[in-house]
Amino acid sequence: MLDCGTELARVQIAYRTYGTLNAARSNAILICHALTGDQYVAETHPVTGKGGWWDMVVGPGLPIDTDRYFVICSNVLGGCMGSTGARTPKGDNPGELWGTDFPPVTIRDMVRAQKRMVEQLGITRLFAVIGGSMGGMQVLQWAASYPEAVFAAVPIATAPYHSAQNIAFNEVGRQSIFADADWEQGRYWQSGKIPARGLSVARMVAHITYLSEEALTRKFGRRMRGASLAVFNDIFEVESYLRHQGSTFVRRFDANSYLTITRACDWFDLASDYDGALSAAFAGTRTRFCVISFTSDWLYPTSGNRAIARALNGAGANVSFVEIASDKGHDAFLLDEPDFHRALGGFLKGCADHAGLAP
Amino acid sequence: MNDIARTAAEPVRYVAKNMRLDLRLIAEMIAPGARVLDIGCGDGTLIEYLYRTHGCDARGIEIDMAEVTRAVAHGLPVMHGDADTDLAQYPDDAFDYVVLSRTLQAVERPREVLRQMLRIGRHALVSFPNFGHWELRWKLLWTGRMPNTTVWGRPWYETPNIHPCTIQDFFDLAAQEGYEVEKWLAVDEGGQRSPWRRFPGLANLFGEQALFQLRKA
Repeated sequence: MLDCGTELARVQIAYRTYGTLNAARSNAILICHALTGDQYVAETHPVTGKGGWWDMVVGPGLPIDTDRYFVICSNVLGGCMGSTGARTPKGDNPGELWGTDFPPVTIRDMVRAQKRMVEQLGITRLFAVIGGSMGGMQVLQWAASYPEAVFAAVPIATAPYHSAQNIAFNEVGRQSIFADADWEQGRYWQSGKIPARGLSVARMVAHITYLSEEALTRKFGRRMRGASLAVFNDIFEVESYLRHQGSTFVRRFDANSYLTITRACDWFDLASDYDGALSAAFAGTRTRFCVISFTSDWLYPTSGNRAIARALNGAGANVSFVEIASDKGHDAFLLDEPDFHRALGGFLKGCADHAGLAP
Repeated sequence: MNDIARTAAEPVRYVAKNMRLDLRLIAEMIAPGARVLDIGCGDGTLIEYLYRTHGCDARGIEIDMAEVTRAVAHGLPVMHGDADTDLAQYPDDAFDYVVLSRTLQAVERPREVLRQMLRIGRHALVSFPNFGHWELRWKLLWTGRMPNTTVWGRPWYETPNIHPCTIQDFFDLAAQEGYEVEKWLAVDEGGQRSPWRRFPGLANLFGEQALFQLRKA
């Protein structure tokens, strides 16, 4: 049963695991992916052939050490990498997909589905739930909905609710998809087309929000590519980069799924379920928290992350909060940031000590 | 395995004798298993010590982000925050002890910080360098300039210590605010508690460091 009232008869959740579950089933870490991420957190992606999206963080001897922890990462409900969503069959006819008929899902729906999946793996309590960006929202929802099932929670570069600015950028992306004739009112899967232009423009806009001005300047400046003086033939390198980001994205992501998931983020406002008091969401919690933000992240800035840390203090929770100095913008949580990796790894080690996990 | 390799492989565990004097004295005052908040905890030396040796649920707030990162990377529950602004969000009586070591003289509003400490904690442990020490008095009298000592080592124009006070001043403030002084002591930098410890007037003259345990009367 979803928050919107619709009941999904069958739900499939695609997941990957790394490492070994110990006999006590006490060393499991759930990683929640961001908006356009997926379950391939630490292995080659089957579509793009690129390495896992967090392979600097998850693996043997890395901050999320797969020699020590059993790591699970699942594709969110509404996603397009195997979990039930707009691109999966609506009923028994495999040719008839959900498309835009797929009911609206919320972050809480995603977390409910993850909880079921984790239970099916025979795990009643997760050692940690970790995620950045939209993944961080899921972490907060986990800690609020199932405090007894979460020993440690690490929300990274996230927000307690989507701001008007966050919603505004998402809306530009959605309108761009709607404006693409190939979207065909969401039934593009019937003709076999994909609304590539619309989806790639959505990705380009979103990608700007993932980087800081400093990072863009450092990477591209005002450099040009090509030598002719025709107005739109030769382009700034930053344009070329964004076009590349857009065009590679459409090969791996479904437009309707993008609509579903961006909407789920927009609806996220954890405090609204608790009469507007974010602290109340965590009342009496015994979960250990580590909130991490990045100085140059303007999509989910430190202020929102600090608000989360303060609300946790208000609930008397055990909370670490650190802002990592980085000029890489929101995407810093996916990149090589040694201070961030040290803080994350150290926090988990400290928690493992408290949880009595074998080293 | 040779000695150097073994040293590198083993995590360095905290040894109390290396701990700053005032922290060691504070640790002696804290009951085992207590809930403790250390304001201005630096790299978390005291909270780690309290957790490992006293089984305390000890947490910290620190304003210097590099120290916070170091503490968190060491597995300690430390959050970035400011004593002047970040105590208000904690619920009443969240802690048994709230510690402010060598930080009182550097906050914007010391009186408000003390009030918050005794709102969120049952006891406040406050240490500060005593500005009433004879050496400071003598230097001011003799040279006519702001005294410069090991404890007060920075020139007046760049010192973070914007609210220095003496032991007598602190007794006065506690009385004025209605706080009970449960324990107090004054020591020199070597940690010697001299015979004058029972007499505030003498302590104010000879003590370099002061440590108070307060609670609401």
